[in-house]
Amino acid sequence: MSLRLYLVRRVGLLVFVLFGVSVLTFVMARVVPADPAVLYAGAGARGPAIEQARKILRLDGPLYEQYLGYVSGLAHGDWGTSLRTHRAVLPDILTFLPVTLELVFSALLLGLLAGVALGALTADRKGRAIDFVMRIFAVGGVSLPAFFVALVFQVLFFRALNVLPAAGMFSVDVAQNYPVSHVTGAPLLDALITGNLTALSDHLRYMVLPVLALAAYPTGVVMRMSRSAMLESLGQDYIRMARAMGVPRRTIIYRFALKNSLGPVLTVVGLMLAYAIIGAFFIELIFAWPGIGTYGTMSILSLDYPAIMAVTLFVAVIYVVVNLLVDLAIAWLDPRIVLS
Amino acid sequence: MSDLLEIRDVSLEFRSLRGVVKALDGVTLSVREGEILGLVGESGCGKTVTGLAVLGLLPKPQARVTRGQIAFRGDDLLAKTDEEMLHVRGKVISMVFQDPLASLNPVFTIGEQIGCVVATHQRASKKEARQATRRALAAVGLPATDSLLGSYPHQLSGGMRQRACMAMAISCGASLLIADEPTTALDVTIQAQILRLLFDLRDELGMAQILITHNVGVAAQTTDRVAVMYAGTVVEQGPTQDVMKRPHHPYTVALYECLPHGKKAGELITIPGSVPDLIDPPAGCRFHPRCTKALEICSSSKPLPTQIAPDHWVACHLAVQQLDSCGSAVSL
Amino acid sequence: MSTASPAASRFLLDDWRVRHQSSLEESRHSVRIFFRDRLAAVGLIYIALMIAVAIFAPVVAPYPGQGRGATDLRARFDSPGAQHVFGTDNLGRDVLSRVVYGTRIALVMPAIVALGVVLIGVPLGGIAGYYGGWLDEVVMRVTDIFLAFPGLILAMALVAFLGPGLRNIAIALVVTWWPWYARLVRGMAISLRERPFVKAARTMGVRDSRIVLRHILPNSLGPVIVQMTLDVGAVILEVAALSFIGLGAAPPTPDWGLMISEGRLYVFEAWWMVVFPGLAIFALVLAFNFVGDGLRDVLDPRSRR
Repeated sequence: MSLRLYLVRRVGLLVFVLFGVSVLTFVMARVVPADPAVLYAGAGARGPAIEQARKILRLDGPLYEQYLGYVSGLAHGDWGTSLRTHRAVLPDILTFLPVTLELVFSALLLGLLAGVALGALTADRKGRAIDFVMRIFAVGGVSLPAFFVALVFQVLFFRALNVLPAAGMFSVDVAQNYPVSHVTGAPLLDALITGNLTALSDHLRYMVLPVLALAAYPTGVVMRMSRSAMLESLGQDYIRMARAMGVPRRTIIYRFALKNSLGPVLTVVGLMLAYAIIGAFFIELIFAWPGIGTYGTMSILSLDYPAIMAVTLFVAVIYVVVNLLVDLAIAWLDPRIVLS
Repeated sequence: MSDLLEIRDVSLEFRSLRGVVKALDGVTLSVREGEILGLVGESGCGKTVTGLAVLGLLPKPQARVTRGQIAFRGDDLLAKTDEEMLHVRGKVISMVFQDPLASLNPVFTIGEQIGCVVATHQRASKKEARQATRRALAAVGLPATDSLLGSYPHQLSGGMRQRACMAMAISCGASLLIADEPTTALDVTIQAQILRLLFDLRDELGMAQILITHNVGVAAQTTDRVAVMYAGTVVEQGPTQDVMKRPHHPYTVALYECLPHGKKAGELITIPGSVPDLIDPPAGCRFHPRCTKALEICSSSKPLPTQIAPDHWVACHLAVQQLDSCGSAVSL
Repeated sequence: MSTASPAASRFLLDDWRVRHQSSLEESRHSVRIFFRDRLAAVGLIYIALMIAVAIFAPVVAPYPGQGRGATDLRARFDSPGAQHVFGTDNLGRDVLSRVVYGTRIALVMPAIVALGVVLIGVPLGGIAGYYGGWLDEVVMRVTDIFLAFPGLILAMALVAFLGPGLRNIAIALVVTWWPWYARLVRGMAISLRERPFVKAARTMGVRDSRIVLRHILPNSLGPVIVQMTLDVGAVILEVAALSFIGLGAAPPTPDWGLMISEGRLYVFEAWWMVVFPGLAIFALVLAFNFVGDGLRDVLDPRSRR
């Protein structure tokens, strides 16, 4: 089948899944033991206030009507009203989104690059000391809770060694004297775009610990996958052919086998993305970064049900769309999948 | 004609989980300039291992050459380091394998793969490499078009893929091509085309070849000389027509008898018994347990290659005995 | 389809037993291979040790009362030393004892989740794979929808909606994990239903339900067990994460995630409140990962490193 047909099929599946996701989120939000309308109206509210709250939260009327209202609201950009802030949820989510994107993207990029490189290296030197050490690292990476790594980093690098800041995105000095103007909402990009180099170097210092803490697990996952994919490639006949043609070992490993292993590595990107999004919740909490994670945890802790629903839905949508893009990238990388 | 490649009394062992496999036991054969040598035998007799040993492609710690020499134009290949062998492989001696689909990297185009080989052995700009690739493709009968250069292996037919592998093999001017079962994975009609290609390479490029095959009929049609292998040794070697018409080793005799010939649907003849376990091979002549004409001496002493006719060598006590009774023989 | 005589299905069961006789010898050989992997062996020993610690917590813990929650306000924030090997927390409780008692939660939760996932996911997957058709489509689409959420997000939302607590965490994790196993078993069922012995059973008239129960499901258990061992680590991490956020056990439960969360406020003064529970999590998850890797290497040699 052609790439186009594949794309059409996948998009169709995407639409169905998103629809199902909205149903699932809707259903989940209805198992709540407490009454959201009461929470919205606040303590000591009376009947009329509660009734009005119910209307605002679209909790009146039969279930299917509520669902239809919910879905049409989604399509029109109305993703619910926060019980906590009494504001629309979606605009708030979008405000917080860029920071999370910066964090997640940086961590994933680091994880991919470091993981692939280390995977290739350990496949190259299979059986030697460095292979053993790296493999322990990789298993270690996937065995540590992200929030624990974050806390340990804080203690180690801030408290004990005092080389890196404990939390925040900028130092107080920079935040006051060299504030970054808002362009995209992502501090790194904004500092770059507006040429604010002081803020840029400051922010980079503040990025080190959060990104490293978040990247630990993805690096481990990618490294294991890269290593095993490389080893599998190296056992194939086409590698034997390349050797028979006199291609030097380094070229074989780092040019041929590496490209063969990228496809399988990409299959774990979806997994990594899921982990990175979840991990971001905790990292943002611990390092006090104002992203979706912070918004989400605050919503959870204050039992802000509409906000929780919206964040869950939002994350699911991003996740599904990115997975589709990754699948397309895999198909593009390995022509056999689509063109055969 | 001089000897291009000379393999002298090579023995080779493999370390495996079950024990030491004595894969090759005193293999002696030679290839002359510009000729096609057939290396014939059943599966597991060591033909492929011999080919891989020439190019040093066997896994290093597990495989070990315990005896013998492999010399190319007098140059000892076994003494070379891995680094030095890089200059031999693909450039002086090339090898193509049985399954062309598996031998080509699925995520690189034909042009990229052949181009890489060219770039490895020659200082060439991208343009020059492409030129060389086109020449190689043309030489094997493939259209040297941009479309082909940009195709992926799975987009080509089986025959085209095998030609592409051969293009890769000849792209840097190798003098010897080792073709390991090049037609086994292909349709019969395509087989004929590929074999024709081997002829063309010999005639037009003067390329010597070792054609490894288990198909005695193919060897009969395509080769100038043939070496018959059994259980890790060469049992008979000589000009193809000679060996076919007057086989001396009992195994060779049986092989040619197994070929169904004639128009009658008769019974299929087989050789009784089965190939020996190379971890614990039979003493003396490795064929003797299955040999209908085995002598006493066959079970204790390994027969050495002996010349029984001009350019025709046999490793068999019986053949030597028969010859001794009517003329002198030359032993190695 | 007419039902087969009891004799026919008994014959097939004997056949199954005979076939698996040789696999008993294989199992012994596999066990030997498994223990050659030293990391896996160490992991297994550690897990066994932790199970023992969990069972004998009152004996192992130096201050069992504090392990359960008793406080000692005179000994607050003691750094690790002879009296308290892991130090004390903000309420003077011995961290070591609390870590020891926390082992119970850390081991029981994945066990419960595993049970739930197997009870729901395995049969659904088996039926979907074996029967195929619209049933398969439905199950696949449903799993698609569940798998559209990154695991912990769905679990967090669910627990937030259901209310905090270990019981709801278990429910939420079962809901998030069952689709993976349904898919796994479905794949196995699809390949198994093409196997000759299954086809033979059908032609002999053995009831489908019997085939699924007696042949499909038992043969799928192998990969399920391997996958489960690999996933236990992830479940432990998820439970810890949910407790860390505050959706898990309530104080004074000695849940490791909760302990880290409580210790977070004092991490710069009393790092031991965070580090030791964290290391406990790390060690246990590591052990399960080693064992899981070892199991996978034994059962699927192609993936042997």
